[in-house]
Amino acid sequence: MQPEPSPGALNGVRVVEWGSLVSAPFCGKVLAELGAEVIKVEPPGVGEEARQRGPFPAGQPHPERSGLYLFANLNKRGITLNLQSGPGRELLGRLLESADIFLENQPLPLVEELGLDYAALKGQYPRLIVTSISPYGRSGPYRGYRGSDLTANAMSGLSFGTGHPHREPLTTPLHQAGYLAGVGAAFASIVALLGRDLTGRGQLVDVAEAQVIGTLLTGYHLPTYIYRGVAGFRSGNRMRLGLFPNCVLPCKDGYICIDAPQIEQYRRFLALLGEPDWTADPRYRDRRAMSDQYPAEAEALIAPWFMERTKAEILQACLEQRIPCVPVQTFDEALADPQLNARDYFRPVEHPWTETYRYPGPPYRLSGAPARLLRPAPTLGQHNREILGNELGLAEAAISHLERAGVI
Amino acid sequence: MTPPENDLTPLPLARYRVVDFGTAWAGPMAAQLLADLGAEVIKVESRARLDGLRLGRPIVGEDIAGGDRGLWPELQPVFHGINRNKLSVTLNLKTAEGLELARELLARSDVALNNYSPGVLQRLGLDYTELRRLRPDIILVSMPALGETGPLRDVLAYAPIIQALSGLMSVVGYAGDEQLVGELQAPWSDVVAALHAALATVAALRHRNHTGQGQFIEVAQLEATASLLGEAFLDCQMSGAPPQPQGNYHPAYAPHNNYPCAEADRWVAIAVGSDAEWQSFCAALGQPEWCADPRFADHQGRLQHLAELDAHVAAWTGQHTAQEITDRLQAHGVAAMPVMNIEDQFLDPHLQERQAYLDVEHPHVGAEWLYGMPWLLGETPGGIRTPAPLLGQHNEYVFQELLGVSAAEMGRLAEAQVIY
Repeated sequence: MQPEPSPGALNGVRVVEWGSLVSAPFCGKVLAELGAEVIKVEPPGVGEEARQRGPFPAGQPHPERSGLYLFANLNKRGITLNLQSGPGRELLGRLLESADIFLENQPLPLVEELGLDYAALKGQYPRLIVTSISPYGRSGPYRGYRGSDLTANAMSGLSFGTGHPHREPLTTPLHQAGYLAGVGAAFASIVALLGRDLTGRGQLVDVAEAQVIGTLLTGYHLPTYIYRGVAGFRSGNRMRLGLFPNCVLPCKDGYICIDAPQIEQYRRFLALLGEPDWTADPRYRDRRAMSDQYPAEAEALIAPWFMERTKAEILQACLEQRIPCVPVQTFDEALADPQLNARDYFRPVEHPWTETYRYPGPPYRLSGAPARLLRPAPTLGQHNREILGNELGLAEAAISHLERAGVI
Repeated sequence: MTPPENDLTPLPLARYRVVDFGTAWAGPMAAQLLADLGAEVIKVESRARLDGLRLGRPIVGEDIAGGDRGLWPELQPVFHGINRNKLSVTLNLKTAEGLELARELLARSDVALNNYSPGVLQRLGLDYTELRRLRPDIILVSMPALGETGPLRDVLAYAPIIQALSGLMSVVGYAGDEQLVGELQAPWSDVVAALHAALATVAALRHRNHTGQGQFIEVAQLEATASLLGEAFLDCQMSGAPPQPQGNYHPAYAPHNNYPCAEADRWVAIAVGSDAEWQSFCAALGQPEWCADPRFADHQGRLQHLAELDAHVAAWTGQHTAQEITDRLQAHGVAAMPVMNIEDQFLDPHLQERQAYLDVEHPHVGAEWLYGMPWLLGETPGGIRTPAPLLGQHNEYVFQELLGVSAAEMGRLAEAQVIY
């Protein structure tokens, strides 16, 4: 007998999201694909800011065609509510009555002005979990500071070490601080749900983008500083504190990445280059020194072999010899990647305002409660009547009145 | 189960036992995220093959070669950073008796985590089909690099290799002809996979609490990395061309860069979005003449003349320290922050107040600084309770108390290099 298809691991969890751009929306998306019911609240008229951001088809801005919005809001239902208005906040309050998690990443002064911070909400909603994502966090002297992905990366310590030594530090591309903070906030929110089973109470989940990426990704920095006195430096296209070869190098038609820490891997690589004798020379046997002390000299030795070959040739040869070395794939190449496609990783998503695009799928495959693809990102106010009418019980006349008044 | 009375800050995951077969970064970090919030995490390791992070340059002394040979397993700082709050048992899974003890432990556990290569669990007889026989509601989490299936499943892949395949590495760099940077100087894909694995685990625990059912969870590190790159995958399809490296350029902001400050290799991040923010920025600088340049009057103009704009901003930032600039711009409501190195972070009052770094007493090192909690939960915060375990430190507790092995039998098993 076939088991019933699972509704998802978070079936029954209700989330109200007041998010914009990346971190809170992506957190909502992650919770939704794991089975939570997520209602996204946007300002009437223009919607949240991501709708103004690209990428757009053919570069033409359109509020229903933002790639950022479409990706970060999969699987949600969306309503519009003017939270600056009393009736708008009252309707939000009614949604929060049945919600488990209220998720937001708005500027702190606005959140406090509207009475939507945890301290203001917990009296009325003692079981509510308030997940608040911000560049630097909701406590500490910088709690009211303005921030963006760039400044969160700057505080995290990641930017300082990324880039060429002779150039400015590079921020992490593609809003990765926001996405990673979103996943972390989803984890912490579910932990808070499990905690509520013990305490009976909700709580504030305070997630700082700078701290999530700073804490999780910089494991070498703290001990290197404490024990070696090294505060940081940029080492360009090579991983520092590793074993040669561990770098990104140009080849005939792009770049490759090699990272071969095991001595057997290095020997197989030298054999492939036709230079097995290098390990006899102490200067090219000490791979820690090659990586830390004279990396340019070491890389110059292997660079010509790559420059004479294409990405495809290099991949083939390194697969055969079991050497960890692959092409640096551009995004069109990654979309065509045989491994990802053999596993049906990309999911086509139909949307009323766009072509059907292939979206990256959820990365967890749960045998008993698979992640879901239920619906595309909502169009602005798409579920106003469904949620306010059917679920909160407002009459059609009342909804029309709210529309005319600009509340929804 | 009745919640304990009067416990004001319970550990939210204290009810769960996790067996951590992880090595290096991805697996151990996933388990640590659970341990930090109270799960009883038992790390299974062995002198027969030490966790790679127990090797390398020791905290004290310069015996790097000895460290690489495994002479200093208790003095590895990165290991301490991602294995705190755990218990350690030494168990040689290459022996039949070692595997039998592992099975007995798994039968008493809620979660098993591993980042083995595909096929290893099957060879050990510890795949999901087998584990379910031992414990019907167990949650098994596997974190293979590229997946348990697929044509490249057996490729040797460390984090940078995965970042290269995902597309992410192709946009880490400067615009123009500069050699691609590519490297993020972080075990990026390991961390991304660890976080997704921890998330899927707590979701599965909640599912089990409601349905009584366990499950098998596969988190491929390549897929976890790619799952955060939807903007670029959509951009590629929407524009017909793959995104290229752009340095610190961002179309929604101008200025938007890490600008040089007065001291050598010191930088400040400044992000100005709306025209209102631009006005605040100009006010903060005291309305210098160039701010009134009509080419910079609106966002489109600033974006079109970014090189000139960056030169003006850099000339100004070059006269001040990163902290002065941050203080002045933030006082005017403009997003700015010093580009911090670890020393700046360690001494920063904001990060200190948020306990970004905490010290713990380690038996071989003394007081030792570790990273704090990445997220702050008001009522059930978790935290650092114990330092990283010594190799086999909890053998007695696990084998004698949990599994009922006698002291004499433990002695025999140690002699036979089973508990080893």
